[in-house]
Amino acid sequence: MSSTLWIGTRKGAFTLRPDPQRRQWRLSGPQFLGHIIHHVVQDPRAARHLVMAAKTGHLGPTIYTSADRGRHWQEAKTPPAFRKAREGETPRAVERNFWLSPAHASQPGLWYAGTAPAGLFRSEDHGQNWQPVSGFNDHAMHPKWAAGQRTPDGELLHSISVDPRDARHLYLAISVGGIFESLDGGADWAPLNEGVNADWLPDPTTAYGHDPHCLIVHPLQPDRLYHQNHCGIYRLDRPSRRWQRIGDNMPKKIGDIGFPVVADPREPDTLYVFPMDGSKVWPRTSIDGKPAVYRSRNGGRSWQRLDRGLPRKQAWFTVLRQAMCSDAASKLGLYFGTTHGEVWASTNGGDSWRCMARHLPEIYSVTHAS
Amino acid sequence: MMHVVRIPGPLRSYTRGAAQVHASGDTLAELLAALERAHPGMRFRIIDEQDRIRPHIRIFVNTRETPTLAAPLAAGDEVHLICALSGG
Repeated sequence: MSSTLWIGTRKGAFTLRPDPQRRQWRLSGPQFLGHIIHHVVQDPRAARHLVMAAKTGHLGPTIYTSADRGRHWQEAKTPPAFRKAREGETPRAVERNFWLSPAHASQPGLWYAGTAPAGLFRSEDHGQNWQPVSGFNDHAMHPKWAAGQRTPDGELLHSISVDPRDARHLYLAISVGGIFESLDGGADWAPLNEGVNADWLPDPTTAYGHDPHCLIVHPLQPDRLYHQNHCGIYRLDRPSRRWQRIGDNMPKKIGDIGFPVVADPREPDTLYVFPMDGSKVWPRTSIDGKPAVYRSRNGGRSWQRLDRGLPRKQAWFTVLRQAMCSDAASKLGLYFGTTHGEVWASTNGGDSWRCMARHLPEIYSVTHAS
Repeated sequence: MMHVVRIPGPLRSYTRGAAQVHASGDTLAELLAALERAHPGMRFRIIDEQDRIRPHIRIFVNTRETPTLAAPLAAGDEVHLICALSGG
């Protein structure tokens, strides 16, 4: 199958393109050298369209769009921006565009963006012009859901997910803030954090204020949600509103802390995580310097370590939340990028791994494009 | 009133590579509005949606740093847009 991996890094965007057998990969780039690229996402409804979240260290954030699979890019005419603050309000300004999600299959050209500080924005023209989603950004509870600067980078709004059966059924996550759900296309929102542990708070069972790192809705079984949290790996089967901590089934010496969670798009019970060290002062590296992906084939009831081909020792990987993805090949391809600039691939569902690129800048995102 | 505006490297993608352009305005706000009309997209990279100068941008009128957009401009004033690069 034709495919491209888009690599978003702290210093620009790169691509990796495989031969038909996915044995040899060709690295191209950088594009936008020196830009901080948080996310590059292909439009599944129109494969030639891509949207990229970018900024530089000194300039404000912006969005670039492509209508020819990334050969040429055009800057958004109206990037995401909060409305002007009213008297007595704390002024909000988008510091970074962090997450991009295409909307429902029935809504061509419609995209959502998540920002820091936590804001939700939408574009109806493939990313050229963005407007605030006031149902979220101006929600009466927003100041409590995203209280501002509780983490060094500010609250990150991410994992904007659309129910494939219902364009108006949306989920999003805020790190730190929690998971929220809308049933009316974003006009109103409610927390969805029951059962999630926020173990650093005086009340770990609080209704909001949790730290979800990555949330996914399974495309084939949209009532199945997974999320990797600051405090564990969770699963939710709707219509239940109570998350189950499936990370409790991970080996105790590994734990269930990490950033990404990826599902097999054909198998709702199969998911992958990349555990990191959440002990003591939270090194957030691979545990004991021995990186491994963990796979569950039964919805999180048991887990299998997958480290064939990965370094056996002294490899202190960190894989961020957007930096792991799958393709849809019959032999499932899995890919992750590390904060020290390596891209690793498996073309057999995680059974073995190969390094495809080294010496890139710090990797923020790895996404698959057909 | 027309002014010389010095453009730093990171913003020259908006001026087709020009290191210096001309723009009119009696205040810094008016000058930035004129710059935006001539070079769409540039203003938002240096001024946020609350009309604040972004944290790593400095604007000088001649040799004097100007913290607000309300600053008046006089005939012959030269405006310098400066990006405060730091880190690796």
